[in-house]
Amino acid sequence: MITWLYVLVAGGVAFLTKLVGYLVPATLLKRRRMTRVAGTLTIGLLASLTMINTLANGQQLAFDSRIGSLAVALLALLLRAPFLVVVLLGAAVAALLRLAGLP
Amino acid sequence: MRLWRSPAARTGASVAIATGLYGVSFGALGVTSGLDFWQTQALSLLLFSGGSQFAFIGVLAGGGTPGAALGSAALLGIRNAVYGMQLNALIRPTGWLRLGAAHVTIDESMATTSAQRDPDEQRRAFWVTGIGIFLLWNAFTALGSLLGTAIGDPKTWGLDGAAVAAFLALLWPRLKGREPAAIAVACAVATVLVVPFVPPGIPVLVAALVAAVWGLAGAGPAHEGLEPDVEPPHRAGEGRMP
Repeated sequence: MITWLYVLVAGGVAFLTKLVGYLVPATLLKRRRMTRVAGTLTIGLLASLTMINTLANGQQLAFDSRIGSLAVALLALLLRAPFLVVVLLGAAVAALLRLAGLP
Repeated sequence: MRLWRSPAARTGASVAIATGLYGVSFGALGVTSGLDFWQTQALSLLLFSGGSQFAFIGVLAGGGTPGAALGSAALLGIRNAVYGMQLNALIRPTGWLRLGAAHVTIDESMATTSAQRDPDEQRRAFWVTGIGIFLLWNAFTALGSLLGTAIGDPKTWGLDGAAVAAFLALLWPRLKGREPAAIAVACAVATVLVVPFVPPGIPVLVAALVAAVWGLAGAGPAHEGLEPDVEPPHRAGEGRMP
């Protein structure tokens, strides 16, 4: 039940964030600092989430099949594979490494 | 002009299809992160911003609290406020349309709209991309959730590996140049260093702090990091693809 509350609040916060952009005066647009922080935040959060999902297991670092997924995803992106292909390869690598007996 | 003869609308439709399709991966990862079918769907319907949605379930899957998930999603959504300001100047929606425009303000609608020069074409690009992605993203989220629920132990199928790949793929188009790459590395290192010492969900917020300080102190270009997950096709054609 508490999860529902957070899901709904997250939706509300996201919508209000978008709406704020439509309501603030256009002069704020010229403050490039806000634009820049929004951009660096996006990069930083996505980089962090990539590492969390690769190495974290609760509060511990774990080195397992997910590292293989990261390596192959990186290779696929270098070869300009589309998003969905990259995701499917990430899944396939982790599944195969586990089938081979790795954690 | 008929909608299907408008190049902007066609671009919007192709971006909508490409983006909407990967809603399937969000749906599958959503139900395996601990959310149920309707909670996953509610994120696509109400939160509706790919990066933030993946952040929410990514923090939950890593053992973080719903509060930490909410925090990461909210911070990742700040760029949408910047898009809102720019789109408000381009599209000028009035009355209730403004609420609808705000809801479909995401990376892709911003990218396809700003790629157009003509104001009418900008409007077509915006609405076709925004509404198109909303409909397809939600449909494919539902499909992914059903698949995710059906497959049993997500680890056997490598779904945790799929999440790793999804986040890297979301990050990838934003790493054009040395500075964004340096920000990504700094935040990745900060994350790994703090994982053993703070509760799950907090490392992402530590990385956000690093990124924000870097953004305030550094002197790089203003639009760094504000790239779409799926590039508009004709933009991709400008020298990046054969």
